[in-house]
Amino acid sequence: MTLDLLRFTTAGSVDDGKSTLIGRLLYDTKQVFEDQLEHVALASERRGGSGALDLALLTDGLRAEREQGITIDVAYRYFATPKRRFIIADCPGHQQYTRNMVTGASTADLSVILLDARKGVLEQSKRHAFISALLGIPHVVVAVNKMDLVDYSQARFDELVLEFAEFAAKLDSGAELTYIPMSALEGDNVVDRSEHMPWYDDPAHHPHAPTLLEFLEGVEVAYDHPYDTPARFPVQWVIRPATSADYRGYAGQLASGALRKGEEVVVLPGGGRTKIRAIDTYDGELEEAMAPMSLTLLLEDELDVSRGELICRPGEAPTVARELEADICWLSERPLRAGSRYVIKHTSRSASAVVDELRDCIDVHTLERAGAPAELALNDIGRVRLRTSAPLSFDPYASNRRTGSFILIDEASNETVGAGLVAPDGA
Amino acid sequence: MNPLHYELSYLETLEAESIHIFREVAAELERPVLLFSGGKDSIVLLRLAEKAFRPAPFPFPLMHVDTGHNFPEVIEFRDRRVAELGERLIVASVQESIDKGRAVEETGPRASRNRLQTVTLLDAIAEHGFNAAFGGARRDEERARAKERIFSFRDDFGQWDPKNQRPELWNLYNGRIKKGENVRVFPLSNWTELDVWEYIDAEQLEVPSIYFAHEREVFARDGMLYAWREGTELIEGETVFNETVRYRTVGDMSCTGGVRSQAATLEEVVVEIAATRITERGETRADDRVSEAAMEDRKKTGYF
Ligand SMILES: Nc1nc2c(ncn2[C@@H]2O[C@H](COP(=O)(O)OP(=O)(O)O)[C@@H](O)[C@H]2O)c(=O)[nH]1
Repeated sequence: MTLDLLRFTTAGSVDDGKSTLIGRLLYDTKQVFEDQLEHVALASERRGGSGALDLALLTDGLRAEREQGITIDVAYRYFATPKRRFIIADCPGHQQYTRNMVTGASTADLSVILLDARKGVLEQSKRHAFISALLGIPHVVVAVNKMDLVDYSQARFDELVLEFAEFAAKLDSGAELTYIPMSALEGDNVVDRSEHMPWYDDPAHHPHAPTLLEFLEGVEVAYDHPYDTPARFPVQWVIRPATSADYRGYAGQLASGALRKGEEVVVLPGGGRTKIRAIDTYDGELEEAMAPMSLTLLLEDELDVSRGELICRPGEAPTVARELEADICWLSERPLRAGSRYVIKHTSRSASAVVDELRDCIDVHTLERAGAPAELALNDIGRVRLRTSAPLSFDPYASNRRTGSFILIDEASNETVGAGLVAPDGA
Repeated sequence: MNPLHYELSYLETLEAESIHIFREVAAELERPVLLFSGGKDSIVLLRLAEKAFRPAPFPFPLMHVDTGHNFPEVIEFRDRRVAELGERLIVASVQESIDKGRAVEETGPRASRNRLQTVTLLDAIAEHGFNAAFGGARRDEERARAKERIFSFRDDFGQWDPKNQRPELWNLYNGRIKKGENVRVFPLSNWTELDVWEYIDAEQLEVPSIYFAHEREVFARDGMLYAWREGTELIEGETVFNETVRYRTVGDMSCTGGVRSQAATLEEVVVEIAATRITERGETRADDRVSEAAMEDRKKTGYF
């Protein structure tokens, strides 16, 4: 098994051609099964139209969507080429856009942002670029679609690249940007190279000029190297078999970094120190383990560790505090206000959290942060200060996506209402 | 420190994520149950549960919704596997639901107990007070599944509301529910059919013999090959013949079709699946062919 995995998200405004693009990607990589094709052919016919296969129907899942003709929720697609496996989080660009985009982006290594070559860089495109940056996605592909409707014009493409680049520069996210002109409908530059845009292939102009698939197959995913990132092991579950009194295993998934048998560790928030006696798994003990492995730690001393505590090396501990500052993406119809109380879930720990202060709200057009808003409404993103009923062990989101993220849950409805990213100056 | 000499493979990454899901559910929900059908996906679930909780016993029982029309090979395998694991199995019987008048048997040559399973499942969940049920569904199976969350909430009637799903961010699962509600958990959401087979091969897991090519009496209907057994009603023009087939899913005998195949070993099955041009459900599940939105309709009413 040498196949690599790339998780990416796709977003665009309604009708930019996102469903068609994904359909095209699956179809041209021969990932569409015969019965699915049969189904699409039938549905295409039923809808009337030209009789051509509507590839968008391949990815149009639920009945409610079919009725309204729009995509309303994040859908996950899977495909593989001989080079790589892919998981697509397909984010609809409709109402609840921020909610969907944040959800899709939270697990992605790359995002594909669609533009309609005729319409240019719309508010939605900016919003998605902003969310990709906020969520720390290292690669962004700007798919300039519907090039067939602008006569495959190089001038129009260059114009859009400039416009997008100008906005992206303001984001200052450090993400790598790649622009690809394409026609999802005709299949140009999606999987197969376009014959209509020789200028794109011109080495003087675009030295690499990949098709979308070539790019997805080749892009280097900068997984954090286990030795460059401090180890973080949130305890999920304690294993204490009745049959062996001295087995007390702390089970969890290594969120980042690597751990080694015999190493000195500290358990947070308590601060107790001990050494790793063994790294256990079902397949036997390991000398060392790295993220994202799921494993069980046995410690040398009898510390009474429970779910929600975090094991790491003493010299590189995260912040342990009951107050933190974070950017919140608000996902609920009921706004977030100062004084409100929620359940916070951070790694494997849940606690109560009170909103002490709303610091600002970000304007997605200008990227400016406007001070002291009265509330954060659905799809708003802003900086807040929280106080929690128990100490949390966290890192800034920018340095650790796993220990820098949390969700807020409404105590009454149990809905997930907020996505939180710990600010650079966290505590 | 010596640098690590290995990297996680794609399958190991999927495995680690699934183990994480198992432990989250065990920690956050009081009364989970693992649905074990004897099929390949639930066989993988059992191995993942072993990896999540051994050397201790599972913190939940196993449950099989028995339609009474199962392949005997599968039932035999089910009981043997459960005994090997030393875990507890609850059998919820569709026949009992029918006998108690909770469900009405369909009649005619196309009768199936597939729909009735939902009644039995919901009754068993209520009877035992389960509030979380692990299932082996994967998002690559079917269009409605592609949007379903890993934690999928059901109201008191077991209904799924596709328009009102909780966003699932990072790997932070919100398992909070109210009394009477329950959650279906799908640890294999991100696995494909091929991944499942590659994992079974890598772990050398035993699967029921019907997954491998074997000769059996079948009849052709709607482009599929169904197993013939005592009492099967044929439609005019249908005849019973011998064919070498294997099954891609193990469901109710009455609605699970076999495929012509010569794949007799795990490696041969993996090769065959990798080259297959038809989805698992499209090829073998009559129940999904009924209408364009068949699966979605059943899920809304509490089906897995
Ligand atoms: N001419 C042209 N039409 C396209 C292209 N891509 C998509 N479309 C059409 O644009 C419309 C919206 O596409 P769809 O994929 O449903 O958009 P979505 O709302 O972003 O998923 C459909 O009528 C498509 O056939 C393209 O590259 N060229």
